[in-house]
Amino acid sequence: MTDKNNNQDNKFLKHLKKNWAKYTVGILLIVAILYNYDRDPKVTQAVLASMVRHSTPLVLGALCGLIGERSGIINIGIEGQMLISAFAAFMTTAYTGNIIFGVVLGILTGMFMGYLLAIMSIALKLDQIIGGTVLNILALGITSYFYQVGLSMGQKILPIPLGKLADLPLVGRVLFNNPPITYTTFILVFVVHYILFHTKWGLRTRAVGEHPRAADTVGVDVFKIRYVNLIIAGGVAGLAGSFLSLEAVGSFERAMTNGRGFVALAVMIFGRWTPFGAWGAALLFGFASAMQTQINFSGALDIPYQFISMLPYLLTIVVLAGFVGRSRAPAASGVPYEKEG
Amino acid sequence: MVNTVLEVQNITKRFPGVIANDSISFKLNKGEIHALLGENGAGKSTLMNVIYGLYKPDEGQIFINEEAVEVQNPHDAIARGIGMVHQHFMLVPVFTVLENIVLGSETTNGPSLNLRSPRKDIQKIIDQFNLDIDLDTITEDLPVGIQQRVEIIKALYRQVDILVLDEPTAVLTPQEVDDLFKIMRSLVDQGKSIIFITHKLKEVIEIADQITVIRRGKVVGSAKPDEADQQSLATMMVGRDVDMHLHKKKAEPKEMILEVNNLVVKDANGNVEVDDVSFEIKAGEIVGIAGVQGNGQTELVNALVGMIPTESGTVKINGLPATNASPRKVTEMGSAHIPEDRLKDGRVLPFTIADNMVLNTYYLEPFAKSGIRQQEEIKEFAVDLVEKFDVRTPSAENTASSLSGGNHQKEIDAREFSRPINLLIAAQPTRGLDVGSIEYIHHRIIEKRDEGCAVMVVSTELDEIMELSDRIIVMFNGKIIDTVNADEITKEQVGLLMAGVTA
Amino acid sequence: MTKENKKKDDQIKERSFGIVGVIWKKISVPLTSIFLALFIGGLIMAISGSDPFEAYGALFQSAFGDINGWGRTLEKATPLIFSGLAVTFAFKAGLFNIGTQGQLLMGAITSAYLGFAITGLPAIIHIPLALLGGALAGALFGSIPGLLKTRTGAHEVITTIMLNYVAINITDYLSNGPLKEVSSSDVVARTPPIEASAEIPQVAGLPLGFFIAIIFAVFVWWILEKTTLGFEIRTAGLSGTAAKYAGIKVTAIIVITMVISGALAGLGGAVETQGIVGRYQPGFNTGLGFDGITVALLGKVHPIGNIFSALLIGSMKAGGAKMQFVADVTPEITNVVQALMLFFVAADRVVRWIIRQRETDDEGLTLTTGWGN
Repeated sequence: MTDKNNNQDNKFLKHLKKNWAKYTVGILLIVAILYNYDRDPKVTQAVLASMVRHSTPLVLGALCGLIGERSGIINIGIEGQMLISAFAAFMTTAYTGNIIFGVVLGILTGMFMGYLLAIMSIALKLDQIIGGTVLNILALGITSYFYQVGLSMGQKILPIPLGKLADLPLVGRVLFNNPPITYTTFILVFVVHYILFHTKWGLRTRAVGEHPRAADTVGVDVFKIRYVNLIIAGGVAGLAGSFLSLEAVGSFERAMTNGRGFVALAVMIFGRWTPFGAWGAALLFGFASAMQTQINFSGALDIPYQFISMLPYLLTIVVLAGFVGRSRAPAASGVPYEKEG
Repeated sequence: MVNTVLEVQNITKRFPGVIANDSISFKLNKGEIHALLGENGAGKSTLMNVIYGLYKPDEGQIFINEEAVEVQNPHDAIARGIGMVHQHFMLVPVFTVLENIVLGSETTNGPSLNLRSPRKDIQKIIDQFNLDIDLDTITEDLPVGIQQRVEIIKALYRQVDILVLDEPTAVLTPQEVDDLFKIMRSLVDQGKSIIFITHKLKEVIEIADQITVIRRGKVVGSAKPDEADQQSLATMMVGRDVDMHLHKKKAEPKEMILEVNNLVVKDANGNVEVDDVSFEIKAGEIVGIAGVQGNGQTELVNALVGMIPTESGTVKINGLPATNASPRKVTEMGSAHIPEDRLKDGRVLPFTIADNMVLNTYYLEPFAKSGIRQQEEIKEFAVDLVEKFDVRTPSAENTASSLSGGNHQKEIDAREFSRPINLLIAAQPTRGLDVGSIEYIHHRIIEKRDEGCAVMVVSTELDEIMELSDRIIVMFNGKIIDTVNADEITKEQVGLLMAGVTA
Repeated sequence: MTKENKKKDDQIKERSFGIVGVIWKKISVPLTSIFLALFIGGLIMAISGSDPFEAYGALFQSAFGDINGWGRTLEKATPLIFSGLAVTFAFKAGLFNIGTQGQLLMGAITSAYLGFAITGLPAIIHIPLALLGGALAGALFGSIPGLLKTRTGAHEVITTIMLNYVAINITDYLSNGPLKEVSSSDVVARTPPIEASAEIPQVAGLPLGFFIAIIFAVFVWWILEKTTLGFEIRTAGLSGTAAKYAGIKVTAIIVITMVISGALAGLGGAVETQGIVGRYQPGFNTGLGFDGITVALLGKVHPIGNIFSALLIGSMKAGGAKMQFVADVTPEITNVVQALMLFFVAADRVVRWIIRQRETDDEGLTLTTGWGN
């Protein structure tokens, strides 16, 4: 018994040793936020709420990326999946006037794009990076062809305050006064984590992403796992697209994803291919974007806005350069699987 | 009463251009270790893939417990009680032992994965067969021998009665082989049956109850181990009298070629792979580096030829400093390198054979003049080598990927031996080749020695080390555990050293 | 074994059909892809209520109908050849340069600056000088993802895309700020027009830039196939370990490749500035980078093939306006058709299956090697 306790202590220490930097940054951030909240509650709240808003499509994009990549398929078509879903969601809402139809169609469109990527990378064994690029270009072409100027959808999705929780100081307005897709995103992080690490499907998914042949020899259907995961992941990207057009902006604009699909990949890598890691990373990116808006808005710094606009992209590069070598991607990601015989 | 658990009758499997299995029949009895003996490429693996449901046979029938069956896929094979331990382990490296065992046969608790009840069942199996393993260790942290045990438990957990072991000893130390044999015995004693695939004669005689020999896709004979001897089995396996001994003159070492002093090499994660290694090789001698796979030999070679950086220590070639020299520098100093993985390293498969023949000399005259390639010169050179080394190809302009089997090796040999060299570093030069090709390459290597070349041969095949070497260096855990003259030591003694046992 | 036999079979076939057979084998997939994409594009037009024959007819007429049409097509094709070459060149080293867009922008604005800021030079010096400036800017910008990849392992696909956004912001800033055209009424963010001496002229109604592009395509082919540098690049692209074994410094090759690729993209931007736009104006060159990917893949990642695929895409751009005028089809349909072409040419198994052609053993493309390499 003592032995086991010792063991756990050691594990804890090891964990601390490995992750001390993360915890320090986290604690410092919290202290800084609280300090600012004390000084200027309104701005702090606004920045944090904007952080959550900015992070939502990134979390969803990263979840889409990691669901696919945990099963061994690299998805650089997230951008295109999001864009075309945003378009479908908006068009449906504009024509039917029903936001729920819009969200559903957005998700279905994303799932179809996931299915396309699956066909290309699994059945056709296309290089996965080229497959993703095809999705991106296809989405850009289709949305710009079918886009009609002047369509509108009326009111965008509104926040739903969660009763008394929404009245809590600081966190209330930031976490518990959000529109439904944002809440769904919070829940999805937990759901994906649960599925990935605590279910049979998750175990098989991870096996397929690390060593597909090993999974195959014990009767796991590698192709099925990859197909289903990519389609579900596409649905998550579809939700991100719906978020952009229906919840964040309230209309569709050409190329409105603006590189978020790619930033989401960096978020996924920074989060070490885990849902909670991705959430944390997305919040960090969201924070950078929120600060960018805040600085632009307040005119506090005399820097041309273009340089501030570059920040999220530069941050992505820095994160990628600093972390990609130090975290371990699923071993089989990017490699088409060929059955023997 | 003998009880046949598995019988294959007249199995034929054709691939375009070859008959991999030609009407093969054999019977496996309950509680028996049945060895399938054959050379690389004899058709053993194809046969096992047929039994395991990976290939469909063109003709023939499989019986399990005297009932005709068609095995659809590996899952089906397992359901029918056939388990397989592949030569390359089918384990997810980052999973725990427990996760690897339950994968594919999971139990659930509502939507959640249930690992608690399988843990109990697996522990029972471990105790029953004395398998001694910790279920919570990450698989990749385990030594190879233990990983193999995980594979065996995987099969047992799926309640198989027939276990197919594909070349299970290839990656083990002699001690681990002993442990494996003990486990195999304990398995058959408790009613399991084993098909043991191998090309190692000695092991067959030691452990098998029944031997079936396969050559070129056909069954060429069978024997009981107590009636057979190594020489007769070898003749059966190869199809002609095999001179099991290589004739070579005594070495006449001359000037110093390679000097390695206190070399340390670390891998990307900072683990010490080569630990304070010092040795030297003189012109006109063959030094064999023996050791079980993964004891630092690969890293040693890669560091010497400049593929990976060294941590500390010095290397001299021909008396000149060559520590951390680039691969090009090492080549230019007069050394040749036959890489471990013939297909992947040292060749570009989509390139023509001609381009591969100049792969590391492409920039030198006459193959290039002021940065411009001279196609005619390259072609002429390649055509000449193709003929000299008997590389079987319609033209030097064909892609390297179109070559087959031993021709890959000949292509590399042609390139590396065609330069004036005084140091030859050959890693696993005969892995996966048939006896004919092995003989050919051994003769080439000895020829180089007799021409005055210093030769370093790295091999995990103890027989090859014993045959070729004038001196033997044994590596264990990254260290040189001993250096001995080949004629002063027995194979068994080297085997002990390979396991880290010093006298 | 199967593969070997198939190969022998193919070789026999090749011999029996001679040179025509060889060429057909090389272009059958792109041709079929183009046809399929046009067909589906036509279906989409038909569904949205337009006459595809009328639309394609107008497009073709406008792009190739007379010397003016040819002029427009060649004009549009010129920067596409360069961005296609940039993508092709990087592909050969196993790198996916999606950042041609950014490199192109940097080249375009640099050549614009050199074009308007330097005065009094004869054209014979001014034109190449501004082109060179554009190439250098592109090369510099292209070297960043190369260095990041070799130093830190950051995958070029993401870094190049991120750098595209950085480039958009930089050029936006420059054309809005330091390099903005000063005029009392003009509020448009753009640079002043370049000097006449920096403008690439027309030759007999056809843009000279196009012929410069062809010269570069041949030059790129020559580098890749005939020089030791090209051999090193192709080796590194096909097998990193083999290249290392061969004594090739793979990290250096990656950086050099990205520099040359960036230079080609930068040249594309410069040619656009000096031959067509006449100044730098944000938004005038968007999409050229992504088009480069289509051009490269449609051209079978062959420098000479790029010329033809760029002509095709260029003609679609040149004829788009007429198509809208005549058949009331928005020119964006050409984007859809392009994406479909890319899809079919990349998913060549589908196309091969349709035309019953066996796989060739071309030097295939493998770019996906995980994030770390």
